[in-house]
Amino acid sequence: MSAAAAAERSPHRQLGLTDDEFALICEKLGRAPNGVELAMFSLLWSEHCSYKHSRKLLRRLPAEGPNVVMGPGENAGAVDVGGGLAVAFKVESHNHPSAVEPFQGAATGVGGILRDVFAVGARPIAILDSLRFGEPSSPRTRYLLDRAVAGIGHYGNSIGVPTVGGEVYFEGPYEQNCLINAMCLGLAPRDGLIRSAAAGPGNPLVLMGASTGRDGIGGASVLASAELDEGDEAKRPSVQIGDPFEEKKLLECCLELLEHELLVSLQDLGAAGLTSSAAEMASKGGVGVDVDVSRVPLREADMEPFEVMVSESQERMLCVVEPGRLDAVLDVCERWEVNAGAIGEVTGSGRFRVLRGEEVVGDMPVAALVDECPLYDLAPAAPEASIYPAPARTLETDEPGPVLLALLASPNLASRRPLFEQYDCLVQSRTLRRPGQADAAVLALPGGGALGVSIDGNGRRVACDPERGAMEAVFECAANLACVGAEPLGLTNCLNFGNPEKPHIAWQLERAVTGLAAACEALEVPVVGGNVSLYNEGPEGPIYPTPVVGMVGRLPDVARAGRLGFARAGDAIALAGEPFLPSLAGSELARLRGEPLPDHLGEWEAEKVARAIAAVRDAVRDGSLVSAHDVAEGGFAVALAECCLAGAIGARVDTGAAEDPLGLLFGEGPGGFVVSGPREALAALAERIEVFVCGEVGGERLEIAMEPARIDLSLDELGRAHAGGLAGCFD
Amino acid sequence: MRIGVVRFPGSCDEVDALAAARCVGEARLLWHADRDLHGVDAVVIPGGFSYGDYLRVGAIARFAPVMESVAAFSGRGGLVLGICNGFQVLCEAGLLPGALLPNSGRRFLCRQVDCVVTNAHTPFTRACGEGDLLSIPVKHTTGRYHAPEVMLDEMEAHGQIVLRYAPGHNPNGSERDIAAVVNRQGNVFGLMPHPEHAVDALTGSRDGLRVFESMREAVAGPVAA
Repeated sequence: MSAAAAAERSPHRQLGLTDDEFALICEKLGRAPNGVELAMFSLLWSEHCSYKHSRKLLRRLPAEGPNVVMGPGENAGAVDVGGGLAVAFKVESHNHPSAVEPFQGAATGVGGILRDVFAVGARPIAILDSLRFGEPSSPRTRYLLDRAVAGIGHYGNSIGVPTVGGEVYFEGPYEQNCLINAMCLGLAPRDGLIRSAAAGPGNPLVLMGASTGRDGIGGASVLASAELDEGDEAKRPSVQIGDPFEEKKLLECCLELLEHELLVSLQDLGAAGLTSSAAEMASKGGVGVDVDVSRVPLREADMEPFEVMVSESQERMLCVVEPGRLDAVLDVCERWEVNAGAIGEVTGSGRFRVLRGEEVVGDMPVAALVDECPLYDLAPAAPEASIYPAPARTLETDEPGPVLLALLASPNLASRRPLFEQYDCLVQSRTLRRPGQADAAVLALPGGGALGVSIDGNGRRVACDPERGAMEAVFECAANLACVGAEPLGLTNCLNFGNPEKPHIAWQLERAVTGLAAACEALEVPVVGGNVSLYNEGPEGPIYPTPVVGMVGRLPDVARAGRLGFARAGDAIALAGEPFLPSLAGSELARLRGEPLPDHLGEWEAEKVARAIAAVRDAVRDGSLVSAHDVAEGGFAVALAECCLAGAIGARVDTGAAEDPLGLLFGEGPGGFVVSGPREALAALAERIEVFVCGEVGGERLEIAMEPARIDLSLDELGRAHAGGLAGCFD
Repeated sequence: MRIGVVRFPGSCDEVDALAAARCVGEARLLWHADRDLHGVDAVVIPGGFSYGDYLRVGAIARFAPVMESVAAFSGRGGLVLGICNGFQVLCEAGLLPGALLPNSGRRFLCRQVDCVVTNAHTPFTRACGEGDLLSIPVKHTTGRYHAPEVMLDEMEAHGQIVLRYAPGHNPNGSERDIAAVVNRQGNVFGLMPHPEHAVDALTGSRDGLRVFESMREAVAGPVAA
């Protein structure tokens, strides 16, 4: 064997650590790590846990704001929603596990984000998801889609948390590496939120929930921090298995423990299991921990200490309890039939000690594990030409009517009903706007008022222009919120990118984060938490750069929550913007025409987009508009068709002559809205932004005259195209 | 009237049922391991996934201690309402005829549907008129009502089919479009649609409230005596 081959087989490299990182670990310990310690370091120093390639960049995102209760760094961020209440929320990815085993990968993605939210003491009240797959013509895509949707439904439906919104897109670059991002919101009394910092040397550390098995060993380093390649089936044992019933008991049990103020701190077990949760609790509290693996209930006999420490078995929580309250804690756990027991204690040593009975099998400084992983600077470089192949051409005509039908039937725009009907969107009785009724989900708050919530991303547009594409994703979310009358309070994001060690991916990441920061500043929305998922690449290359943005806002009057559908014959229809400047660059129509990705998007100014969003929000809030819908994929004509279909009523629109009808009908860009209502209401809106009154609600057809172009289609024709696009994927 | 809502581990809609019950009277939760029904006038077995529904829907919940008391209560003529998983539990417990099978589409389905009231003379529908349409959501994977033909004929003859899905609204392939049934004695009622999710126009519909209002009338009137 050559020296190089021998080095390749050295344990630290197999666990994903570089030689320099290994040397640094030896230096911090003053000796070489043993097997337990090496396994623990390899996980906590993985990209997934340490954010070593992204942490410096993430500091650019604005995290401060008047409503922020808990910012980045906790299990979930939280904002004040008034009435003494806070909403905790976060989005997280479970991409690689889902690409290997979609049902369990997606299910445990939901389970994990739910735990993040109840770990801060908030009752989960809603789930949203953001999904990306390859083209539906591929059997692999249909398999992944079918099983991932079933997995999300299985977990969310069974645990009694409604899935109220989401988005899904189909593009070639996600064929091998699908994206499964799940977002959860939870509600808590503002002063009832709990942090994860361990405190009080001598306090027992109690592990609650499922027993620990060999499932998910090395998930963070093996699956989440490396590229996918052929033969990933063999990694199935690294995917965890979800049990929503166990988590439902755990959820109710934890919330009861917090309600009775029995816990010092609480943390969920996610990636890297006991290792990361105990280490992070100790790090945040500036203390040490002793964990005795012989006291951890095991699913399988004869597990090695390192296996116990890194297992990613699901449905487990770790808490710190004062000794005098231990019995009371165990009583609550018993009532909920949740296994629980002390497995260690908080110490004043600042060290993470792993014990097996009396024997010390690992002993490391907490700071070295959690805080001293080297952070890397990216080496960004723009690619000379687009790194993505042009999509296949699927549309031959330029006739506006057939183009509109083709767009409505395109998998990226077609009705999402075949997906969202598989999710319970009603449980907990808060849902004022269900999927399909408005641009954002609306959830009633107990003290009056409501939350608006939306999740968005558009990888293809970010691939064209990472900075402006990422800005558009934030504007899209805020526009969705505006259409129900909600003002943004905070934002969470999941950065799904390829391998950041490659200069062009580093460039995408750097530009996209810059764009996110700029859009957040333009809208004055803080980022309260998020997640980074890198190394999303298959053998054929990287995914589109896909920052996914989840936004939460508040609206004061539940009776005035906006709707997207036209409702009253005779209402005037207008296109509102400041002004709306549509462009076919990077649009869905360009995709259907097989055009290569351009290196720029249409022109627009952030301040004007923000102004349009604010004006529409205020008009919805004062109850003067009957409907509001933001112009997104497919442009103005598709937005009109969606308003007709949602309200089951037609419309007649005449814009006068246009130089570039296709561009105006189907071009895309941020800050455009289709609104309807009495003429006085539109005139009032026109005092703030440009409002082009161009039609009237009524009839059973959508007629658009845009000299020389003309569209005249029945609601039936529109409905069939829209409903049929994805229905075939779920036979 | 005082309504008790059973909470099993894995129940999901018990808080919704509690809130709906409070629209017509007092309500409290009943713990699955507690045989004491605390003197309630009616019992609701709510929706959800009791005990995870891992063996077969409702198959484990029927053995819960509280269910012994519910069976005795129903034997004395007490009103029992089973919603979704509660309907499944009541069928498993033998308190209602028939069984719920996986949906014909084999998937979980959440959808607002119209139901026709086919018997307005039960304690659960007396606030409705015969032929009324109720808009109520369904959300389940296992809601296809099944019973042998002979039994279905007999049930029809005795007015035990209480709600049917309106034409074109059957979401799960239920035989004869059956959405809700009552036992022969008329005091145990099971339905797949969720009336507790239709008690407020802001969240979609108030039609489900009629079920709870019917129960209040029934308890207050001579039927309960």
